[in-house]
Amino acid sequence: MRAMHFHFHDPYQPLDSPIHRLDPRVKLALTLGFILTVTLLPAGAWSSYALMGAAAWTWACFSGLGIRNVIRRSMPALLFVLAALPGIFTAPGPSWLMFRLGPCLVSVQAEGVIRILSVFLKSWLSVQIAVILIGTTAVPDLLVAMRSIGVPRFLVMTFGLMWRYLFLLTDEAIRMLRAREARSVASELPGRRGGGSLTWRARVTGQMVGALFLRTLERGERIYMAMVARGYDGEVRMLSIPRLSQQDLTVLVGGALFLIGALSLGWIL
Amino acid sequence: MHIPDGFLSPSVALPLWGVSVGISGYVLRRVSQDLTEQETPMIGVVAAGIFAAQMLNFPIAGGTSGHLMGTALATLLFGPWMAILIMTCVLITQTLVFQDGGLIALGANVFNMGIIGALVAHAIDQTFRSLFGDRRWARPVAAFLCGWAAIVMGALATGMELALSGLVPANVVVPAMGGIHALIGVVEGLITMSAVTFLTTVRGDLKIERKIAGRTPAWIAGLAIVLILTLLAPLASADPDGLERVAEDLGFIQAARPSAFSLLPDYTIPGLPNESLATILAGILGAIIVLALILILGLGQRSRARQAEKASGAKT
Repeated sequence: MRAMHFHFHDPYQPLDSPIHRLDPRVKLALTLGFILTVTLLPAGAWSSYALMGAAAWTWACFSGLGIRNVIRRSMPALLFVLAALPGIFTAPGPSWLMFRLGPCLVSVQAEGVIRILSVFLKSWLSVQIAVILIGTTAVPDLLVAMRSIGVPRFLVMTFGLMWRYLFLLTDEAIRMLRAREARSVASELPGRRGGGSLTWRARVTGQMVGALFLRTLERGERIYMAMVARGYDGEVRMLSIPRLSQQDLTVLVGGALFLIGALSLGWIL
Repeated sequence: MHIPDGFLSPSVALPLWGVSVGISGYVLRRVSQDLTEQETPMIGVVAAGIFAAQMLNFPIAGGTSGHLMGTALATLLFGPWMAILIMTCVLITQTLVFQDGGLIALGANVFNMGIIGALVAHAIDQTFRSLFGDRRWARPVAAFLCGWAAIVMGALATGMELALSGLVPANVVVPAMGGIHALIGVVEGLITMSAVTFLTTVRGDLKIERKIAGRTPAWIAGLAIVLILTLLAPLASADPDGLERVAEDLGFIQAARPSAFSLLPDYTIPGLPNESLATILAGILGAIIVLALILILGLGQRSRARQAEKASGAKT
């Protein structure tokens, strides 16, 4: 049988590396700091981008995920650059390249190219560091980190519950898709389209969404019962947050200094 | 519509973080007051369900396929405040775990897809059903409009944020985002409509029919968002500098950036002397370019999938 179209699994890779052993709070803080730094860098600060890229790839090497793996997993997020592409033609300033396209004269703007390239690099760097964070940190650890940086308790709890049932429910969705595919016949004859009209297909999908939703509700009810049976009284208790070790603190301070350095380099040069 | 990091300038992304944090804080307080003990664990499970429902897709044309976003459906089933909370959780998961959207852009994404989507869907549903509530077709049509408007309004806001970031002029990005999402919104509307119809038919006891609450803050906020976005979008499209002027007056951005559209310098198209007509035309051209690129990418993906299918078929 043909495999499913998509593979859906936890992106966390349980390896043993210095980055895996690092406290999740330090990792989350440094990742957020990295992305913020990249965002704050001006357009065309190539040396700073290179520095940040080198840092991200060193991080990737240390984490045991490998640079190739990180790059491969950062690719799908880059499609969005399409939305910024018209900027090449519309930026102000001197023109870089001119050509005639039918009745209109198209000019590629030097500043536009710099700006789009910068946005592309910034976006790519941010995605890579996020890939490393989630590849080296299990979600339950991330929950602790989120709580300690001040995300409201209720939100953390809801997010945690969502994560716990995510794979169960996506499996349910994948089974429904497989069942639909098994019942659908595509005609091999040229010019004959199967699958009904667009509205019909949307209606079928909507009914699948409805069915999935009912199963979700019923599961939620069962989960609540199970929680009550185990002593749930409306209050979710979470483990207390341990103190940061000396080593984690050193990494945190070192990372912060590096980010500040890269940022000031970008603005000075 | 998930904006990745790097696309929004800090002067756009960081204030939107503030706005989203403020509104979610309000929503959290409100929801935890209203919730019964039983409903608390339910929100997390329903958020997982919405995430899973986004996987249910169907082919449209040219290798593209449509799926649900779910803000409107969540709003119709649980009300706007719960929906904002549910969508915030869904977006956090997509950002943090699957890199769908950026972390610094998360504030903007929650604002566009969660807050705007839920408030707009709520306002449209309430208004439409208070006008035509006793007719049989009112419920499905309201559901369709909710789904469509939640997507389109979110897309217009996304376009304006990108324009304010100085990346692409408003007269290109706003019509492009609006135009493409007017089509995507039809899919959302159809799925939402059919899901709501299915649920009311199968489980009448679920009380999916939400009461018409009248002039609540959510209703007023939703209508205001619809009004502002529908008025601002054509203005921004016709006069790209207008949006920046507004932003400057409000202190969003400091440096004025001249954004003359030079794809058609001096308006060289014969018989088109009118300046605003040329900019609108340029906007349509931008929309067509983006749409064409998306279609080409979609076709490429489909042919790759076909080849993979053939290859695996040959093996077995």
